[in-house]
Amino acid sequence: MDQDSAKPAAPPLLASVLALPLPRSYLNFVGRQIFRLLQTIQGVGAFALITLGVTFTKFNASWRVTHPLIRAQIDRAGVRLLPGVVFFGLVLGLVIVAQTVALLQRVGAEQYAGTVMVTVLIRELGPLATALLVLARVGTAIVVELGLSRAQGEVEALEALGIDPVHYLVMPRVIGLAAAIFSLTVYLVLVAVFSGYLFIFLQDVPLTPGDYFNQIGRALRWEDFALLGLKTATFGAIIATVTCFQGLAQRLRLEDVSDATTRAVAQSVAGCVAADALFIVVYVVM
Amino acid sequence: MSTPAPTDAAAPLIELAGADIASAQEPDVALVERVSWRLRPGEYWAVGGWHWSGKSDWLTTVAGLQHPAAGRHLLFGEDSTVMTQEELVAARLRIGVVFEHGGRLFTQMTVRENIALPLRYHRNCPPEETSGTVEAVMALAGVTELARQSTGQLNRSWQQRVALARALVLRPEVLLLDNPLAGLDPRQARWWFDTLAALNAGHAWLEGRPLAVVATTDDLRPWRDQAQQFALLQGRRWLPLGGRAELAACEESTVREFLAA
Repeated sequence: MDQDSAKPAAPPLLASVLALPLPRSYLNFVGRQIFRLLQTIQGVGAFALITLGVTFTKFNASWRVTHPLIRAQIDRAGVRLLPGVVFFGLVLGLVIVAQTVALLQRVGAEQYAGTVMVTVLIRELGPLATALLVLARVGTAIVVELGLSRAQGEVEALEALGIDPVHYLVMPRVIGLAAAIFSLTVYLVLVAVFSGYLFIFLQDVPLTPGDYFNQIGRALRWEDFALLGLKTATFGAIIATVTCFQGLAQRLRLEDVSDATTRAVAQSVAGCVAADALFIVVYVVM
Repeated sequence: MSTPAPTDAAAPLIELAGADIASAQEPDVALVERVSWRLRPGEYWAVGGWHWSGKSDWLTTVAGLQHPAAGRHLLFGEDSTVMTQEELVAARLRIGVVFEHGGRLFTQMTVRENIALPLRYHRNCPPEETSGTVEAVMALAGVTELARQSTGQLNRSWQQRVALARALVLRPEVLLLDNPLAGLDPRQARWWFDTLAALNAGHAWLEGRPLAVVATTDDLRPWRDQAQQFALLQGRRWLPLGGRAELAACEESTVREFLAA
């Protein structure tokens, strides 16, 4: 009998690696990260439900105090960001059209530039880009101001005066950011559509303004408007809820505020991207 | 704003029954154990304790801003742990709180806005409707000339006065003060004693109704001739010391040490 054939066959490399016990520290690390993620989702979810409940039950309570705060948040997150959004929209329109027209010209389909604008800008890039802009400019400031208020005991002072901190501090920010992101997205889309045509005109693409805007009109469906409104309001609510949660819902010391800001940005981006993916699924199903 | 229910003159306004006072940072850790204490209308208490003895946590528990780790806490006869949010808010409006270290004012607002906020929020009225009340309480606290200043620009002693005005603007029945004399010069301290005595005796601002006053302090000596009732937080224990005569006669070493410090 051949000696070699009597030896047992060597296990495949992958099977042998999987059979090895995992290092305990690695399991601990993964376990901790999963529990931390679940805790964060639970905390933000509970905070969002409380905020939703307060918004519905107390929207008109003390409106002479809270409604001016909502207007102030719209001004802060919307009106003051308008110049930046207009500039961003100009650049975005030029970039999208410059990239797509070059590709479309290769296949002789440059007349679809308007359709591409609708698909890329209105359905996807516009709401997400505006949300990220508002997060960078206003969301981070919210974490810092609420975190400092919390660290300096101002939130307890509000409670001592019988003032609900969620009603007074969170509700105006959630409504203000939702309204601001929706409005800014509309402006961004309009500016980008016009600046896109400007590039088409400068590049001598054989597309008249009438054809360009007709393409956009034909490519738009009523679902686009509904989803744009829902999506932007959701992004605003996510950013406001996460940033307020990180600033308010836990006891912070002054030195914790910078870490809370970083966490809020990462979680807001993750939340917006996840919500965007859900909206894509809904759109495809519709 | 809900109208406060009439209070029985003899009934305690606030009561702690066998309460363990929890730390604000660590709610499971009891800083002071088995506190039994009652505050009746018109009483004037000074509660002493060294640094880190749990005075601030005791005061926030008394105010209903945090629950005791064990035992009962009654606000105007109702157990605060089973009160609804609306009942808790209604009870808080009957209690004024002046926090330590500048009173935790809202630093992005002016003095006038700080004082007017509770009135405007609970009465849902525009600023002009509260101006008379706000002017009157600012005059009481001696801060009328600071009305337009941002509270962040004021020094600690004036911030404390603004905090007093904000605590009094809703005409409470109980005033809780956390170490109000910390860092004040003797002239400012004198003002506080005179004002608290006038409020406790029945100030015109409160329509002659005596205000129950509770102040914590890390130095009981200046309060010996001011407050009527005394207690000490010492080594996780609550030591009721009685009135002025009992305090003067008390021979317990921890109390003598505290009064001699």
